[in-house]
Amino acid sequence: MTEQFSYLPDTEKDRQEMMEAIGISSVEELFSEIPEAVRLREAIRVPDVMSETELMKQLKQLAEKNHTAEDYPIFLGAGVYDHYIPSVVDAVTSRSEFLTAYTPYQPEASQGELQALFEFQSMICELTGMDVSNSSLYDGFTSLGEACNLATSTTKKTTVLVSSAIHPQAREVLQTYAYGMEYTIEDVALKGEITDVDQLMGQIGEDTAAVVVQYPNFFGGIEDLKTIKEAMSESKAMLIVMANPLALGLLEAPGKLGADIVVGDMQPLGLPMSYGGPHCGYFTVKKKHIRKVPSRIVGQATDAEGKRGFVMTLQTREQHIRREKATSNMSSNQALNALASAVCMSALGKQGIQEMAQQNVNKSHYLAKRLSEKGLKVVNKTPFFHEFVVKLDKPVDDVNEALLQEGFIGGYDVSKWIGQDNCMLLCATEKRTKAEMDAFVERLEAVSK
Amino acid sequence: MKNYNSLIFEISQPGRTAYSLPKNDVDTVELNEELPSHLLRSEEPELPEISELQLMRHYTALSNKNFGVETGFYPLGSCTMKYNPKRNEVAAKMSGFSAIHPLQPTNTTQGALQLMYELQEDLKEVTGMDAMTLQPAAGAQGEWTGLLILKAYHAKNGEGEQRKKILIPDSAHGTNPASAVVAGFDVVEIKSNERGTVDIEALKAAVGDDTAGLMLTNPNTLGLFEKDIAEMAEIIHDAGGLLYYDGANANAILGKSTPGMMGFDVVHLNLHKTFSTPHGGGGPGSGPVGVKLHLEPFLPVPRVEKEGDRYVVSSDYPDAIGRVKGYWGNFGVNVRAYSYIRTMGPEGLKQVSESAVLHANYLKSRLEPYFKTPYPQYCMHEFVLSGSNLKKHDVRTLDIAKRLLDFGIYAPTVYFPLIVEEALMIEPTETEPKEMLDEFADAMIQIVKEAEESPELLREAPHDKSVRRMDEVTASRKPVVVYQK
Repeated sequence: MTEQFSYLPDTEKDRQEMMEAIGISSVEELFSEIPEAVRLREAIRVPDVMSETELMKQLKQLAEKNHTAEDYPIFLGAGVYDHYIPSVVDAVTSRSEFLTAYTPYQPEASQGELQALFEFQSMICELTGMDVSNSSLYDGFTSLGEACNLATSTTKKTTVLVSSAIHPQAREVLQTYAYGMEYTIEDVALKGEITDVDQLMGQIGEDTAAVVVQYPNFFGGIEDLKTIKEAMSESKAMLIVMANPLALGLLEAPGKLGADIVVGDMQPLGLPMSYGGPHCGYFTVKKKHIRKVPSRIVGQATDAEGKRGFVMTLQTREQHIRREKATSNMSSNQALNALASAVCMSALGKQGIQEMAQQNVNKSHYLAKRLSEKGLKVVNKTPFFHEFVVKLDKPVDDVNEALLQEGFIGGYDVSKWIGQDNCMLLCATEKRTKAEMDAFVERLEAVSK
Repeated sequence: MKNYNSLIFEISQPGRTAYSLPKNDVDTVELNEELPSHLLRSEEPELPEISELQLMRHYTALSNKNFGVETGFYPLGSCTMKYNPKRNEVAAKMSGFSAIHPLQPTNTTQGALQLMYELQEDLKEVTGMDAMTLQPAAGAQGEWTGLLILKAYHAKNGEGEQRKKILIPDSAHGTNPASAVVAGFDVVEIKSNERGTVDIEALKAAVGDDTAGLMLTNPNTLGLFEKDIAEMAEIIHDAGGLLYYDGANANAILGKSTPGMMGFDVVHLNLHKTFSTPHGGGGPGSGPVGVKLHLEPFLPVPRVEKEGDRYVVSSDYPDAIGRVKGYWGNFGVNVRAYSYIRTMGPEGLKQVSESAVLHANYLKSRLEPYFKTPYPQYCMHEFVLSGSNLKKHDVRTLDIAKRLLDFGIYAPTVYFPLIVEEALMIEPTETEPKEMLDEFADAMIQIVKEAEESPELLREAPHDKSVRRMDEVTASRKPVVVYQK
């Protein structure tokens, strides 16, 4: 007697009827196509079946081994942030019509998702000041990799200049992309906590395909995109900006400051930290590059009766049609998370995104001010958004361990990248209260000296 | 709301809000005091201004225009549209998994690391591989990761410049050749034989000392098992190449075979296909990559490992290809797959494949009298029909697909694989009850009759969706990709 599983509907009777229709007497006959030499004859060694109750108990035990931002006020940012997520986000994305759908290859049965993604693209273009957005990529770092692939293949040049103030993991992912497509990456030095534009000017040459900066950068600093673009005026290189979409509620849109490609991660707008994924990359370009964009783009269309609707468009760029001539190998992207971000952006709206961005400025500056008052040195010399670097007297790991004992998750050790010992990158989002920050400052002062 | 067709921007009214931020309890800091004015936003961001109920009605109206697995049958070939269990969703949303930061010290995330480590172990067992990374975000990224591993392996052996060619059957997914190109390889297409499998002679003719590897899906995209796999592996290995397994069709072989036994060196899995995590309308997925021992040094870093009873991460692998994605991959998706494997156990996973294959063969037997079936042998988890016999009624496969939507059924994959004329690729999955399979077969048979008697019913389909057939050609010629007031 075969065990009955809740996801498997076949009864013995069903099986018999189907086997009869096929003309076989056992299901095993269907597997006769697999030669005996490659047939597995023993059971695979995965854990035994668990009931829902047992499973949930075990998962809960695992989950409880982790220290969460719900229980520990968190001052760690560095690319992933503990932000407010409106309850409507989960309500919408839990709807099975969205959650369990496939890529909308049949637009007539997928109008809901297509429209939502069209709206997502529109919101992203509004924030970034760009003409064209795709409907998402894996994450911010892989979006940067795709951007550099686009730049090197479009300009037919082989060197990408990358600011040393971009996220170190973005730099690592980019290195892997460059290994694939065989182009070179050169780092541009820092001046304090921002990109050294004079150095950059000297590095731009005939073979420069693109210049990459982060906005705000990894250390919280706000790069002057206008000056950087001016430094590139003699070159055909593309300016690629990796931008935090929340910061764009207050900061000028990179598209208005000369960016050719703007990418980033939507995690700050509606996506839980979830140990780093799934998040959601976005990818935008100026209009002239529309046919080079990786992955899916939703476009407006009309139906046979002239009614407005939406379709996946410009599909001849994509792998399922163009195969080895495609602009990218992307197939699955992060559609559900793009929807989540669109819902979050709709909930925040024009006022909310500005207010939320402003609160991040306020909170982080309050934290920096309080730390300075306690004699801790804030490394940043230029304006920052919601993150900044503080110099401690002890190794960051030791300080974080002590902070944890006091009930806080401390900042990120950036000593290696900023070139000074004992440097901690701190972040305060709108979720950190004055009381939490005051307590944190007190403890940090006590444990770091 | 029945005929609701507004964009969210069109229902926006100045002053409405749908958010609830905490009160600002510190001084306001004006950035304009220190920042050059050109770096401050010159125009306010025009995001929608709506109330919370308006927001929910908008997205509910959109969801009503969308078809998911819980709406109805989704026979989409090569996509494995199985049921997405609710308990997996509950698991992924536990705050111990969703409210943790990827850069927290590892002693504060032991539960997450344990889960990842155990999932790696499970997937090694399922694939017959020796080491596994969970970093790739989806299948295509897994392919690219695997191919970079091949590239690094050949380079390490001093054959990087020489081995530039990846062999790919003409029935392969489009991602295979596209991934090979972004990994820096040239693509050589291998013809299929009349049985729908790789032509061994063509393979022998193409292989050489410039071969980096062969990418293969087994069962292939026609749903047919590549029976000559052992011989193919020998041919490739003898020439110094490696074998890459595209795991898109792994739903057919759980507990029945492993890519490891078949001779593959690198494997990717699509957890959003075989391991029941939701497709979400096109992602997020997860595309773990497994390798045999000789390729282990090249796996991406960081890696999740176990030391005594502690879970640790290590990047100390000088030959590694580096990092392919931020942080630890799509962790939330991996939680769901972990939950699924434990729900099914070894026996359940085997039953998954047995039922998936039984369902596909049952449907094939019911539809064979009405369509051309290019390959007579038993199929695995999916099969391909040709709609070419309806061309005499001036009906195309696309029309069959659109007509199916009228029956409350999603369309199969159409016009793929490319080697079958007017292809319809059907994958029923194991989670559909027999009644649903019969309903689908009845609908297909009725559509064939309609093609003879009233073909305009097909050509004008769909009839009852929120829109009629879309004009994709004009949309592509004059792209409108953002809202215009």
